[in-house]
Amino acid sequence: MPRLDGKVVLLSGGASGIGAATARMVVREGGKAVLADRDEAKGRALALELGTAAHFVPLDVVQEPSWQAAVAATTERFGALHGLLNAAGVGVRNSIEDCTLAEYRRINDINSLGTFLGCKSAIAAMKESGGGSIVNISSVLGLRGAAYAMAYSASKGAVRTLTKNVALHCAQMKYNIRCNSVHPGYIDTPMIAPRLEQNAGNMTGRQSLEELHPLGRLGRPEEVAAMILFLLSDESTFSTGSEFVCDGGLTA
Amino acid sequence: MVLADMSNELSGRVAIVTGGASGIGAASAVLLAAAGATVIVADLQDGPEGPGRFVAHDVASEDSWKSLLADVLKREGRLDIMVNNAGISGGPGNIETTTVENWQQVQAINSEGVFLGSKYAIEGMKKTGPGKPASKGSIVNISSIAGLVGGAGPTAYTAAKGAVRLLSKSVALYCAEQKYDIRCNSVHPGGVDTAIFNPLWQAMGHEEGKAFIGTRHPIGRMSEPGELGEVILFLASDRSSFMTGTEIAADGGITAGLMRRSLLAPS
Ligand SMILES: NC(=O)c1ccc[n+]([C@@H]2O[C@H](COP(=O)([O-])OP(=O)(O)OC[C@H]3O[C@@H](n4cnc5c(N)ncnc54)[C@H](O)[C@@H]3O)[C@@H](O)[C@H]2O)c1
Ligand SMILES: NC(=O)c1ccc[n+]([C@@H]2O[C@H](COP(=O)([O-])OP(=O)(O)OC[C@H]3O[C@@H](n4cnc5c(N)ncnc54)[C@H](O)[C@@H]3O)[C@@H](O)[C@H]2O)c1
Repeated sequence: MPRLDGKVVLLSGGASGIGAATARMVVREGGKAVLADRDEAKGRALALELGTAAHFVPLDVVQEPSWQAAVAATTERFGALHGLLNAAGVGVRNSIEDCTLAEYRRINDINSLGTFLGCKSAIAAMKESGGGSIVNISSVLGLRGAAYAMAYSASKGAVRTLTKNVALHCAQMKYNIRCNSVHPGYIDTPMIAPRLEQNAGNMTGRQSLEELHPLGRLGRPEEVAAMILFLLSDESTFSTGSEFVCDGGLTA
Repeated sequence: MVLADMSNELSGRVAIVTGGASGIGAASAVLLAAAGATVIVADLQDGPEGPGRFVAHDVASEDSWKSLLADVLKREGRLDIMVNNAGISGGPGNIETTTVENWQQVQAINSEGVFLGSKYAIEGMKKTGPGKPASKGSIVNISSIAGLVGGAGPTAYTAAKGAVRLLSKSVALYCAEQKYDIRCNSVHPGGVDTAIFNPLWQAMGHEEGKAFIGTRHPIGRMSEPGELGEVILFLASDRSSFMTGTEIAADGGITAGLMRRSLLAPS
């Protein structure tokens, strides 16, 4: 039997990178994937490619009505909601000295308010579907700090504790909804493409990032998607409020 | 190392304590002043008679930070210690009931306030300059056990305190890399008997409420504000000179072990 047989999964950031790789895997494993993203062109193209088991909805994660519409479109199209992946996010480099208040707020709004609104909007529909699994993408930078990823690490630290708070609430309320965070190392997606171009000393950008990981390479989106798939499936029914690290040994 | 007389170990140093008019902030202001520091209490409200100069301040407002820093550099002439302590609980709210408005208000004070406090602290410490003893700067950010675990506070509060924990590490690493001689650490209190619990005190009575929260701590009681003040004083002083980017939980053992489900904060 496919691992996600009949499960309906809503994926923010489903148009690109880790979200897109997960959407492909969801469909391959017998689930329905609703790709929700602000990048309509990429999202629609992928949904078209994945066929009738996939659907695209436009989403801006910082707008609560936009989330409510995405959840409604999901249940309307596929009749239920069992899984939510909060993968929409922005990676921005800045330090405490050069980050402005407006920029700090923008990054925290997309990465952390956006994840909060995703969880909040999905829970009601999941309750009606008999339960579900929420997967929030934090980062290794939600576990460790970085001099030049100040606002990003703050936003991912918020996602880490938010996830535990959601997990405990749902457990206490006996909703049969689990919630876990995933902490990837550097993954080869469009998000880090600009950094791969920037040479660092006598290393290329890619080499300098590869070198951070004991495994000596960047992660592939499919490798993170495999962990997310486990969390979305019933194979992980005793895991909630936990941190799942996928980082080539980076934080070891 | 000989344990020296520490009664004047902070003499000549200038400390800003945000939210210093009440609770943990007020207790740390007392201890910093007793160690010889000149203390500026930066708070929305003026508190009961305490040490230090009061400056009306809103941590969520960047303009307020600019004028606070200008004022301190003009009057006291330097900045060595910043305690980013001001914070609000934001009231009850779980993932289902928390509104965007509540989320944003809590982030503005508890997360953006600490961001701005850290940013302007660095600016002020760098300007502590020529002809004066070099600033050994210390930024102490007050997070919470809610910045470590998920069941210790309302949803918006928990997220904001998780942000403060990581923000502090990134600030620490940046200052180290820039060779600024400024350290930054986070403190994670458990339940402390302060005005932040006023709604509970009103509902249950102070002593009953204290005992109730106390039972959630392995140590069997809540903390007094001064016990957190001691941790803050330690991080502010040179006694913690090799500590940066780290987190200290002063929580009566809550995060050391397994929290009982029945003792979790009600959702
Ligand atoms: N790539 C990495 O190295 C890495 C490492 C750790 C964590 N992450 C996290 O993984 C998640 C996915 O990142 P990725 O690497 O796949 O990046 P990506 O850039 O390929 O994909 C991110 C997607 O989010 C969408 N998005 C951004 N803002 C949005 C908004 N306001 N509303 C709706 N959609 C929005 C983008 O359009 C894009 O399709 C992010 O949360 C990121 O922070 C990535
Ligand atoms: N008391 C606890 O159990 C506990 C536990 C963990 C963390 N904390 C944290 O400790 C810090 C201090 O809390 P407390 O318990 O002493 O609370 P408190 O309510 O006694 O004191 C907080 C002070 O902050 C001030 N303040 C609030 N908003 C402000 C703003 N925008 N600008 C400037 N000042 C502002 C208030 O006027 C008050 O004087 C907070 O960050 C709180 O989250 C407290």
